[in-house]
This record gives sequence, structure tokens and C-alpha cells, in this order.
Amino acid sequence: MSMKQIADWALNTVTQRGAGYADVRIVDHSQRALATKNGKVGHAGSTETLGIGVRVLVNDAWGFASTDDLSREAVDKTAAQALEIAKASASVKEQPVRLAPEPAVKIDWSNPYKIDPFTTSIEQNFDLLTRIDAELLAVRGVTLAESSMHLGRYEQWFYNTDGSDIHQTRVTTGAGFSALVFQGTEIMKRSYPNSFGGQHQNKGYELIDELRLLENARRIGEEAVALHKAERCPEGKMDLILDSSQLGLQIHESIGHPIELDRVLGYEANFAGTSFLTLDKLRKLRYGSDLVNVVADATEQHGPGLGTFAYDDEGVQAQCTPIITNGLFTGYISSRETAHTIGENRSNGTMRAEGWNRIPLVRMTNISILPGEKPLTFEQLVAGTDDGIYMQTNRSWSIDDKRYNFQFGCEIGWEIKGGKLGRMFKNPSYSGITTEFWNSMDAICSRDQWTLWGTPNCGKGQPMQTMGTGHGASPARFRGVKIGTAYKGN
Amino acid sequence: MLEQAQAEKIFDKVKKLSSVSEVEVIFSSTNHALTRFANNTIHQNVSEVNEVASIRVAFDGKTARATTNRFDDASLKRAVQSAEGIARVQEPDSDLLPMASAEEGKGAETPSRWFDQTAAITPAERAEGVGKIVAVAKKNKLVTAGIFSSSQSAEAIVNSNGLSVYHSQTSAEVSITMLAESSSGWQKANAPDVKDVDPVRLAEIAAQKARDSSGPRELPPGKYTVVLEPAAVLDLVGFMFWDFGGLAILDQRSFLNNRIGTKLFGENITIMDDVFHPLQSNAPFDGEGVRRRRVNLVEKGVVRNLTYARGTAEKMRKSEYKDKVGAIQPTGHGFPLPNEMGEAPTNIVFITPGGEQTVDQMIAGTERGILITRLWYIREVDPYEKILTGMTRDGTFLVESGKVKHGLLNFRFNQSLIEMLNNVEAMGKAVRASGEEAFDMVVPAMKIRGFNFTEVTRF
Repeated sequence: MSMKQIADWALNTVTQRGAGYADVRIVDHSQRALATKNGKVGHAGSTETLGIGVRVLVNDAWGFASTDDLSREAVDKTAAQALEIAKASASVKEQPVRLAPEPAVKIDWSNPYKIDPFTTSIEQNFDLLTRIDAELLAVRGVTLAESSMHLGRYEQWFYNTDGSDIHQTRVTTGAGFSALVFQGTEIMKRSYPNSFGGQHQNKGYELIDELRLLENARRIGEEAVALHKAERCPEGKMDLILDSSQLGLQIHESIGHPIELDRVLGYEANFAGTSFLTLDKLRKLRYGSDLVNVVADATEQHGPGLGTFAYDDEGVQAQCTPIITNGLFTGYISSRETAHTIGENRSNGTMRAEGWNRIPLVRMTNISILPGEKPLTFEQLVAGTDDGIYMQTNRSWSIDDKRYNFQFGCEIGWEIKGGKLGRMFKNPSYSGITTEFWNSMDAICSRDQWTLWGTPNCGKGQPMQTMGTGHGASPARFRGVKIGTAYKGN
Repeated sequence: MLEQAQAEKIFDKVKKLSSVSEVEVIFSSTNHALTRFANNTIHQNVSEVNEVASIRVAFDGKTARATTNRFDDASLKRAVQSAEGIARVQEPDSDLLPMASAEEGKGAETPSRWFDQTAAITPAERAEGVGKIVAVAKKNKLVTAGIFSSSQSAEAIVNSNGLSVYHSQTSAEVSITMLAESSSGWQKANAPDVKDVDPVRLAEIAAQKARDSSGPRELPPGKYTVVLEPAAVLDLVGFMFWDFGGLAILDQRSFLNNRIGTKLFGENITIMDDVFHPLQSNAPFDGEGVRRRRVNLVEKGVVRNLTYARGTAEKMRKSEYKDKVGAIQPTGHGFPLPNEMGEAPTNIVFITPGGEQTVDQMIAGTERGILITRLWYIREVDPYEKILTGMTRDGTFLVESGKVKHGLLNFRFNQSLIEMLNNVEAMGKAVRASGEEAFDMVVPAMKIRGFNFTEVTRF
């Protein structure tokens, strides 16, 4: 039985019973997750899940039902359930759903990769992780070494009543490690290449070699130990340089979420929150300094980000949308349902679902800050900074439910004096108001310093959905930032 | 819903497909539906049916897991082979125990958590409930957003050592935000029996909070006495319970390192893990099928005991910490193996010391303070001092001279949990509460002195 035939059962059922629009996604998702702790197996597992989700529009209201059973009987029942749910939705409705038109498309797409990660042996995977742990534990003082690797293949068949037939496969790879050091009354941590699971991209196993994990393990272990002897990061207003991974998370929280048009319209008010970016601010708000240029770019040209695809989960082609242009707020990320609220006649293609059992939501694709046009290395950026702090690798992150006030903690900080990196600082943190912070950016490194980071665990929606997003960033400098609030009063 | 006999039958098939000595299957079966509303309209409305078999194999000190939602022979065989393949290349772990025995799966039963009236809820009935919430919003000239969900779930664990355990339950949940021009209010409730969740009452309270907090004023950051409603308490304290596992101590990643047996919190803090409590939820066994036990975690401010998976208990008995960590025994709190986290208590019950006060009484006894409905985006700033940061949300009020005066702009806090639980001046009756940052708990409202706010946001 082909996936198209299975989808047709559902589409025929709902159109015969009066659905105005319907789409079907069948998803087959396989993952391999391995982790080691102090050189021993921590986690070792594989997961596969297959199912179908049917989304229908009846009486201008949505219904969605999903099942893991792809038999004719179950698919018909699920389609009927989606109809019943949509009819119930229509009973509490103030605004009808208006979908922006979208042409039908037939396409087969896969992200490019060199080495299919599932062709690598588990022995090979574990060997690398245990060797990383050994390097970390070779540093005297490291009390806990943890390494992990996640490999994934996400295959989706999308069909809708407009006639679209879209088959996409995304192959993902991710890995990272961390060293913990408990001494006295403190626990210090260093991670590489990023915290909370490392780096993740739409790539094959070639990413693992590119990350140079083993080569960086000793240094990371040594930094974790050295943090115990470092002074606490001072408090006050200072110039701040962020490494590209932390800047990626800063983008995620203080640009990526507030530009979600569904949040702006109140769809997430009960859970993820709303947004300070009310509709009146479009093309009027000075979001950042002239140097701040941010795009939402899901196209392959942007790179192998976790937000790269050919078509979104309601059949709209991947696009590049200017979000902030020379500091001016110029765009939201939208869907077919929300596009008309900003005067657009087409979605910019950001609807994504975690799996077959979830509806697509407006989600970040690759929300990236463009690198500086003039050549600027990290060393030159530091050399041009007289007095400040350099912070690396996120440790904690928090932002209010309209995305104004944020506070981030990093794993490690370094004093900058007279254009040179000096003392190491422990427990660095900074805080601020989103627009004030982005308006204080006065330098960003150029393309050669730019990395497309993957955030594999962005949560949104009820029921909660986890999504991978991409964030390209170069190290950048911000003037007069509030430093050290996290420990104030403690 | 999957029945225990069906689970055992599928297990027998899996066992035959396997070539190794030990096999365990964790089955989970879900039928979940959620009606979501915003702008006084149902805008998302979903349902899911899914059954999953998570197969673990173990042999020669090696173990691995493969999970599938396909139960045909070929898929089960592929999962078994995957688990065996992942296990085969591992170095033997001398600490790996044989799978749990049938005896370890036996013990006390929880009260029934299955309610037919919850299982039978239809999309139309959820929509009717949402309609009533919207009516409250309109009556108050407010806009509402939230959810009304209902679910049936079953979990079974069967292994080749003769263990077979099963739990099924229902759940209903309502969460409501009421939005005014410059303010908002929130309420949430979750229970196995839908009769214990009253959408209209929750909507009325949320609406009143939204109305009462309109035109919020700014108060400078600093240390204030606060009255935390139960949801705010649980979202904060939830961050510490991941450290109440034996493996967290062995890994030296716990804030309880070198602190067990010491008086860490105030005399009025006593905390149990008790899955059998009538207001609790979930299955009476852990990820290996081991029957849960009640654990006295904190007694009058002293950290007494930790929770243990079977393997962690064995390791702890051989460790340098064995004489410093209280009773060491498997408590039925392990996560499915293999895992990095070990175990944690997830059925928290606060035992209040008597003299409980209602939130209104706490307010009446406060000269100057802040009433907090809900907290948001809480994250750990310092893992040993357990400093947490986060924001207030959806109903923050100034209390003066024993009365709620007006709404306040929301604060950012940076607060040590250890300090906070030493500064509890009054507690309410422990109730089943539901938040967004931590699992549901039986927890009281608390009045706390010297709560550390560090910034104020713009709304």
C-alpha cells in the first residue's frame, strides 16, 4: 500500500463529508540516541514511530486527529474523528479561519548529506564518546564527564485537498559533551561545542568530524576545573562580547519567539505567551542598531540548519523573510491562516509539526543574524574593546512571556582590558530589555566567524511540541549591558 | 486501551524474537484529546491514539533499548535486533543488575485513577466546557485562552524474570488565561476525575485576577515578603527534586552533596514522595516495574532520604557516601534503563505542620508584600545554591496593610530555593496543584519573607 493511497482514504472520507480543506501527513521518524557517562554507557537506544495525522477545516474551524494505525479502518475512523472535532470547534468561534491560497505542488526532496549517519556502526559511535569521556577524565578534578550523540531520519509524506504531494526526508546529526567539577560548595560546568547536547544540524555523520570533539575535550575539562579558582563575574554596566552560540540563543529567545505571528495574535497566550511585537510595530519599530540584520531563512542556500526544508507542513515553499533590516523590524513568521492579518496574501512558510501526532504551528525556521559585511575577526573585535566581558556557552536562559526582559547565564566569562582577553570569570550573567539590547550592538564579526547553530529542543504548543530550529551568528559586541544580575542579592 | 493480557501476549512474541537471556518491554498506550482556545475561539482541537513498545534487552552486563509503535512481527523483530545490536558492542558493565523480579513488582495499590466519565468525554463536551469559559470572559469583557484536555492512558511492564505490572488511568485538565487591556489572570487544574475540575469556577477566579490587576503599577525590585499560590510554589520547588536521587549524589551533581542529614530548610518543611496519596496521580511502579514506596525526603527541614533505582542502591551501598545518605534501598523511583539520570521523586506531597492559613489569611497578616499567582520560564542559575531565575506572570499584586491593593508590573527573581525554604512564615493546606515548569504536586500556598526580585519588566 502506498502512502498516497493511505492518505487518499482520509482525504476522500473528509471531503465526502463536507470538509472545506484537509491535509494529511504521514511521518516515519527514526532516531538513534547514545550517551556515555564517565566512560560507561549512559543511554543506548533507538526509536521509530510511524503514524498519520489528518487536519480538516469544517465550517471554518479546525479539527485534527491522528493514529499510529495505518489500516483502512483506522484511517477512516481517524478522518471521521477529525471531522467530529472540527464540528465541535465550530461551536465556539468568533472569527472564521481564512487560508491564504497556495498552489498545488509535487516534489521529492532530501537535505544534502555526505555520510548517512545510520550507516555508521554503533561501535564507532560509542568509541568516540568513550574516548571523549577519557580525555575529560584525564583532567584532574573533573568529577563527571558526559558525552552524547543523536542521529535522526525524518521522512514525511504530505497531501492536501488542493492536490499537493510532497515527500521530504531530513537527516540530522548532533553531538556534544560536558565536564562537571564539584568542589567545596560549587558545581562548575563546561560544554562543547554548545551546552544542552552540543551542535545539531541537518547533516550526515560528516558533522561529527567537523566538530573536532576529541581535540577540544582536554581544554574543556581544564576550563571546568579552572573555573573554581576564578573570581565571580563583577556586577555593573559593561561592554559585552558574546560568542556565536550564546548569540544564537539570544536570537532564539528575543527575536525568534516574538516574531511568531500566532503568538502576536494571542494563540499562545495561555502557555508560551504573547509578544511585545504588536502589529502596529511592523516596519516602524527600531528593533536594533543599523548593524542588526536578521532573516528567517528555511531555504537550502542558508545552510544545513535544523530549520531548513523544501516545503513547510502545510505545503508552502521554504522562503527567506527579512525580519530585521538595518535595525528596522520588517517581518513576522506566518502561516496560511495568519498571513492576512499583516496584509500578506501568502504565508511565508513556517508551519512545522513535531510529528504525525501533532498539528503544525508557526515555528522558527533558521532565524539568523547576518554577519558583518566588513572583515572582522574575533581577535580584532576584542582588540577594539577597551573594557568589557566576553561570555561563552549558555548555562541558563529566561525571558518574560512577551519577550521583553531577559536574563542569560553563561558557563564562562573573560575579562577584556585594553583590547586583550584577561582573567577568567565564573558565573557570568547579563540581562536587559530586548530592543535596548539589540540597539546597543555596535560590532559583529564577518562571515568567516559565522556558525549556523542548531537548537534541537524548542518547546511550544499544547500538547507540547519540541522542534529543531537554526540560528546563524557571529560573535558580536553590545555596549553598556547590565552584567551580573543573576547573583545580585544572593 | 491496551490491557495487561494483551501486553503479556505481545511480550511473549518479543521474547521469542530475541536471542538474548533477558528481555523487558515497557508498553504505553495513549488516547489523548485537547481542545485549545484563544481569542474566545477554539482555534486548535486535536486527538491522538498511539501505542508504543519499548524493548530492552540485557546480557553479559550489556543493555540497550529500542522503541517502536509498530506491533507487526517484522517491526518488533527489527526493534529487538536494534536493541541487541546496540547492546552487543558495549563494554560489559559489572554494575548492571538482573531484571526486576515478580516479587519486586508487588506491593501497595494506589486508589483507582480511572474514571469512566473522564474517559467518555467527547469533543462536543469539551467544546461545551470551553463555551462556558468563554461566556465568563464575555461577561467580564475579557478575552480568554486556554485548554480543556482529556485522556486515557495505560502503562505495562513485562520482563523475562516474571514481572508483569499494569496501570491505567484517566486525566482531565483545564488551564485558563483571562486577558484584559493591561493585565491578565490564570488558573489551572488537573485531576484523574473530570468532576474534580470545574472550568467555570477556574474561569471566574482567572477573570477576577485579570480585572483586579488592571493598570499595573511599578514597584522597584528588592526583597519582599511574598504570598505564593500553590502553582507558583510547585513550579519553584520542582527544580530541586531531580537532585533527590542516589545517582545525583554519586555523580556529584546534586545540591545535596555533603548536605544529607543536615538541617537545610526551615523546621516547618516536611516533604514526602507518596504515589499512594489520594490527591496524587501516576502509576505505582517505576521504569523497571519496581513497586514504589513512600519516601520521607525532608523531615522538619532535615534532608533524610533519597530515592533509588535498584542499580543505584547497589552502587550507593558500595560507595564512600553509604553512611551519610540515610536509608539505602530501591524505592521504586528509577527511570527506564539505560539512562543517565537514575531516579527522582515525582509524587511530591508537602506535609504541613499545622496552623494552616488560607491565602486570604496570609494576605490579611501581611503589612507589605506581593501576591503571586504564577511563575514563568524558571531556570537554574546556580546548581549548588539552587538559585533560580524566572518571571512572575498573570496576576501579581501589591499587598498592603493586609489587603490586596493593585496589580504590579511583573518581576524577575533570582532566588535561592534553600534560602526560600528557610523563610517560610506560613503555609496553606496542601492541595493538588498544576503548573507549567514542574510536574503536578500536592503542595501548599506559602508566605515567604525576603524573596529576591532583581528586575521589573514593561508589563
